Amino acid sequence: MAEIQMREAIRQAMDEEMARDENVFLIGEEVGEYNGAYKVSKGLLDKYGDKRVKDTPIAELGFTGLAVGAASVGLRPIVEWMTFNFALLALDQVVNSAAKLRHMSGGQLKVPVVFRGANGPAEYLSSQHSQALQSYYVHVPGLKVIAPSTPYDAKGLLKTAIRDDNPVIMLESEMAYNWTGEVPEEEYLIPFGKADIKRTGKDVTLIAHSKPVRMVLEAADRLAEMGIDAEVVDLRSLRPLDEETIYRSVRKTNRAVVIDESWPMASVGSHVGWLVARNCFDDLDAPVEFVHSEDVPMPYNHTLELAVQPSVDKIIAAVKRVTYKE
Amino acid sequence: MADVKKSDLEFLMKALRDMVLIRRFEEKSAQMYGLRKIGGFLHLYNGQEAVAVGSVAALDLKKDYILTSYRDHGHALAVGMTPDSIMAELFGKITGCSRGKGGSMHLFDAERHFLGGNGIVGAQIPIATGVAFKQMYTEDGGVTLCFFGDGAIHQGAFHESLNLAKIWNLPIVYIVENNHFGMGTSARRISSVQDFSVKAAGYDLPGKVVNGMDFLDVYEDLKEIANEVRKTGTACLVDLKTYRYKGHSISDPAKYRTKDELEQYKKQDPIVQLKSQLIEAELLTEEAFKELDNEIKDIVQKSVDFADKSEEPALHTMYEDILA
Repeated sequence: MAEIQMREAIRQAMDEEMARDENVFLIGEEVGEYNGAYKVSKGLLDKYGDKRVKDTPIAELGFTGLAVGAASVGLRPIVEWMTFNFALLALDQVVNSAAKLRHMSGGQLKVPVVFRGANGPAEYLSSQHSQALQSYYVHVPGLKVIAPSTPYDAKGLLKTAIRDDNPVIMLESEMAYNWTGEVPEEEYLIPFGKADIKRTGKDVTLIAHSKPVRMVLEAADRLAEMGIDAEVVDLRSLRPLDEETIYRSVRKTNRAVVIDESWPMASVGSHVGWLVARNCFDDLDAPVEFVHSEDVPMPYNHTLELAVQPSVDKIIAAVKRVTYKE
Repeated sequence: MADVKKSDLEFLMKALRDMVLIRRFEEKSAQMYGLRKIGGFLHLYNGQEAVAVGSVAALDLKKDYILTSYRDHGHALAVGMTPDSIMAELFGKITGCSRGKGGSMHLFDAERHFLGGNGIVGAQIPIATGVAFKQMYTEDGGVTLCFFGDGAIHQGAFHESLNLAKIWNLPIVYIVENNHFGMGTSARRISSVQDFSVKAAGYDLPGKVVNGMDFLDVYEDLKEIANEVRKTGTACLVDLKTYRYKGHSISDPAKYRTKDELEQYKKQDPIVQLKSQLIEAELLTEEAFKELDNEIKDIVQKSVDFADKSEEPALHTMYEDILA
């Protein structure tokens, strides 16, 4: 097995699916000649030419709507948004067109489009460039939402997404693009709706997705030294959500901590927290804890920036609370 | 104004018939709305019939596509969707063209290449641009007609789309169905220009003005424009001047214009004009027209009967038609 970067895993998925199906094309700002703002699409323009790798003007609403239209008549676009902060400009086309064309037409149309890009805070970028906006998409019926935290997951999920006949939102992370991990040579796909136990344990269930998963695993290592055996559930698929895996874990450990780098209100984490509290009520030995970003816009100052976000220390503190070891 | 004698009679009679069908269908819909068989929004097309019928006649819907806004009954009937399926949709029945999921604003026929029926003002513009992108990508020789109102042209989506159409050579005709009012606001009050065709120059695209009150003008001009776009891949913006006799929607008493203005436009009624031209050229008689009109009224009444008799969707269908 090869050890490759997250950006390479994503690139491989796009490359393989573009080779497999000529209707797949990539569209976004700087995806072609610049080789991608984060070098994810490196080499794709050279390989496929400018018919299939489209450098766009800065016009998110326009090119996102264009992709939706093209998908509705048979093409299979991959839309790269440089970050999800900018994707807000295109929200109407995602929520009102992509997610609804099939419904409004009584099932006549389908919209096989993938929207992908960097979500959540990187560093030193201040408030407008640091938002974790999964809530906006997870909220909407008609969309699917995936959140890989490893190169293996990224490649398998993206291939599935490109072959899916529905609009799929894939949440990546700028700071995770250079994370490495093992990826098989042979082709594989990861289905949606399946979370992944990244670490088995018996004392507490830690539920996370996206970039925070790595931090959660670090926290689990530290907790092990403290004699607490944590199970880490990486959601991977936010819509559809794998409730069964979550509940099976919580019923085993009787304690749950949800970690989400978004703001707390109306977040994926708060919803998962409610689901666990409601559906595992009789199995819980403590209230569900929720570790999230502070409910503030992200500051530029780095000390503040780190203090705003979830951290290993905050996760450990939450685990101490649910295990009554404070 | 074009000369009816130069066109095939069957072709002209079909056009007349289609326009009468739209007019009678809209009148009946308004009635049904009054009887509360239709709810929500109802945006009627009375007066604009020549636009839909003339445009569709200029296309080959096996290759070409049409998109429009929520004022979509005219286009839906013009592409050949049945009055039954449309009326049933307005009544929210399971036999409706969108299985009761869409209603008046969301009529679609994928097979006939009619892609709605779009509710958000101007949202169809980037979508249509994407449909044309597919036509360019697959080199299938098709063009896309994208209809939107004089209200929609100020959306940012319009600006972004025309730029994309130009840089990527997309075979699309952007048509402003200019009835001079966006809901109750006259274009004079909120538009920096009154001749929308000039906006095309900002994207190095051609712009044209077309008379939307005359079927043959619409047909011949759009046929020429569509063929040019098909040949060159260079998009075009058309300011299609028309007028709606009714308010923006059924709840709008249209107090923002005078009765005089309305009467002036009715003098250019597209149905009356074509009918008069045909009668004058001795290709049609009043009696024959009356017969046609009665036939149409019957068809429309039958669509109401069909809709009335049709079933409501079962509750479980709310979970259907969401994901493929």
